[in-house]
Amino acid sequence: MGSITLEHVNKSFGEVEIIPDISLDIEDGEFVVFVGPSGCGKSTLLRLIAGLEDTTSGKILLDGQDVTDAPPARRGLAMVFQSYALYPHMSVRDNIAFPLKMAKMPQAEIDKKVDYAARTLNLGSYLDRRPRALSGGQRQRVAIGRAIVREPKAFLFDEPLSNLDAALRVNMRLEITELHQQLKTTMIYVTHDQVEAMTMADRIVVLNAGNVEQFGSPLDLYKKPANRFVAGFIGSPKMNFVDGPEAAKHNAHSIGVRPEHFKLSTTEGAWKGTVGVAEQLGSDTFLHVQTDGLGLMTIRTDGDQTFSHGDVVYLTPDPTRIYKFDAAGKAL
Amino acid sequence: MARRVSVQTRIGFTVLAWVIALLLFSPILWTLLTAFKTEAEAIASRPTFFPQNFTLENFGAVQERSDYFKHAINSILVSFGSTILGLIIGIPAAWSMAFAPSKRTKDILMWMLSTKMMPAVGVLIPIYLIFRDLRLLDTVHGLTLIMTLINLPIIIWMLYTYFKEIPVDILEAARMDGAELWNEITHVLVPMAVPGIASTLLLNVILAWNEAFWTITLTSGRAGTLTAFISSFSSPQGLFLAKLSAASLLAIAPILLVGWFSQKQLVRGLTFGAVK
Ligand SMILES: Nc1ncnc2c1ncn2[C@@H]1O[C@H](COP(=O)(O)OP(=O)(O)OP(=O)(O)O)[C@@H](O)[C@H]1O
Ligand SMILES: [Mg+2]
Repeated sequence: MGSITLEHVNKSFGEVEIIPDISLDIEDGEFVVFVGPSGCGKSTLLRLIAGLEDTTSGKILLDGQDVTDAPPARRGLAMVFQSYALYPHMSVRDNIAFPLKMAKMPQAEIDKKVDYAARTLNLGSYLDRRPRALSGGQRQRVAIGRAIVREPKAFLFDEPLSNLDAALRVNMRLEITELHQQLKTTMIYVTHDQVEAMTMADRIVVLNAGNVEQFGSPLDLYKKPANRFVAGFIGSPKMNFVDGPEAAKHNAHSIGVRPEHFKLSTTEGAWKGTVGVAEQLGSDTFLHVQTDGLGLMTIRTDGDQTFSHGDVVYLTPDPTRIYKFDAAGKAL
Repeated sequence: MARRVSVQTRIGFTVLAWVIALLLFSPILWTLLTAFKTEAEAIASRPTFFPQNFTLENFGAVQERSDYFKHAINSILVSFGSTILGLIIGIPAAWSMAFAPSKRTKDILMWMLSTKMMPAVGVLIPIYLIFRDLRLLDTVHGLTLIMTLINLPIIIWMLYTYFKEIPVDILEAARMDGAELWNEITHVLVPMAVPGIASTLLLNVILAWNEAFWTITLTSGRAGTLTAFISSFSSPQGLFLAKLSAASLLAIAPILLVGWFSQKQLVRGLTFGAVK
């Protein structure tokens, strides 16, 4: 079991309020991703749940039990750090066995569990090495192994993949998702990479300056962003925003159109512009178009269309997929 | 690209380094040679370099007049005892300063260091009176206690600097893995800081071994260490240079050997963790 509830959690470091007031309900078995720009308080929120930081006020409940004042060792949660945080003076085997040793489990049982975890994570042949002698990906696996052996109530990940190269990152992303499907244990995963958030999460918490902007499924956030911040943050490339008279035509303070929701033509359309940079990815092409009076816009088209610098294009936003926002940025 | 150094410069620096090293070593060499001379040769107005009449009688005389082994055992007890006691207090103290600092941690560290800037004589009278009233004068445990107090700032500073190099993530990982404070310190922090703790231990053993001021003022016959042993031979009644040298040689020999075999650790210790 591993449901996690935050009730009006507030956190200040000295005079600086980092998290003003957050309430969240994370259900047992859910994969929840905290996403948001750098410095928005994702790690702080995770560390509050872990018990590595004390709340300034508010309550944290684990399976309905108040753990606000419990030290991390008593919360039964496991954490995977961005730096892996392996014990450099212990072999891989001892690293993985450490939490079981702390739980005073009999040695025979420890050996069984360590072997099982090592097999699951393909670490069998490294068990006697020191972490220093492992690659980044292998270290990350050891860190995950150390987290899973003790069968925690929930896993906490703080940007676990950000030190890996792009290809390995995609692999580990899949492995972690698979692990979740296999273990069905609650996972909270912090990232600033919205692709990781979209692909892994059951539900995403979008954080901004210590506030929850929206909490919902990836498609919910994509299709029904609660405000301009979420609309701009979720989706890649970013949504294009237009203010002023053009937005007023739609009775909004500002409107937003995703790069993939344009009709592109060389002859006619709503907004006229000139192609600046064309980024050709093969499958897609991203056009950066300087429009007349509406600023720079990013358009996503299929990779077969070829445009080059200076081409004149006409853009027509899909009328059913125009997002409208009021002056405060709230979705209309 | 490595910097190119001309042959002349290299020879120049090598000679300079040897000259400085020999200069620094010369008192020890002089002591070593004098210890094997007769008393007459030692004070001869035409000093000799090598002993003309090689003799061991100084050592015999020294041991006869004052028990070397008793003093050596006192030195071992006081230097190791005070250092280990200091580590037992210093490790948790340095842990809290390095990993759970408060607003005043830096001030406390500076204040501790500042106590080392004051001449020891400044507190001689109060400490002497306290020791007298608590009946700690001329006791090994009393001397161990004062030596612990004297070296504690250095022990804490050194450990603090080493602990600062340990990523806090690893200690937090231990906490997440269910380690209570005690296990976090014994299973994770201490094993990771072994080199730092070892050089702290070594340096402080040496400092305590060589400490003379408090040893001489707070002890007499019973609890005297080797520094007190040496000083008992520098009597104003007459010059016994050869015996004094023999006594000094006996006193510094153990620590010289320890220092010789642990040079690497010591250099680390003296640079306070600046060189990784
Ligand atoms: N121990 C601390 N003392 C003071 N301020 C802190 C402390 N830890 C974090 N902060 C501040 O809290 C804010 C949020 O930090 P946090 O690490 O939670 O951000 P984040 O969302 O994880 O960012 P990133 O994506 O860069 O990791 C930052 O402004 C940071 O400077
Ligand atoms: Mg962070």
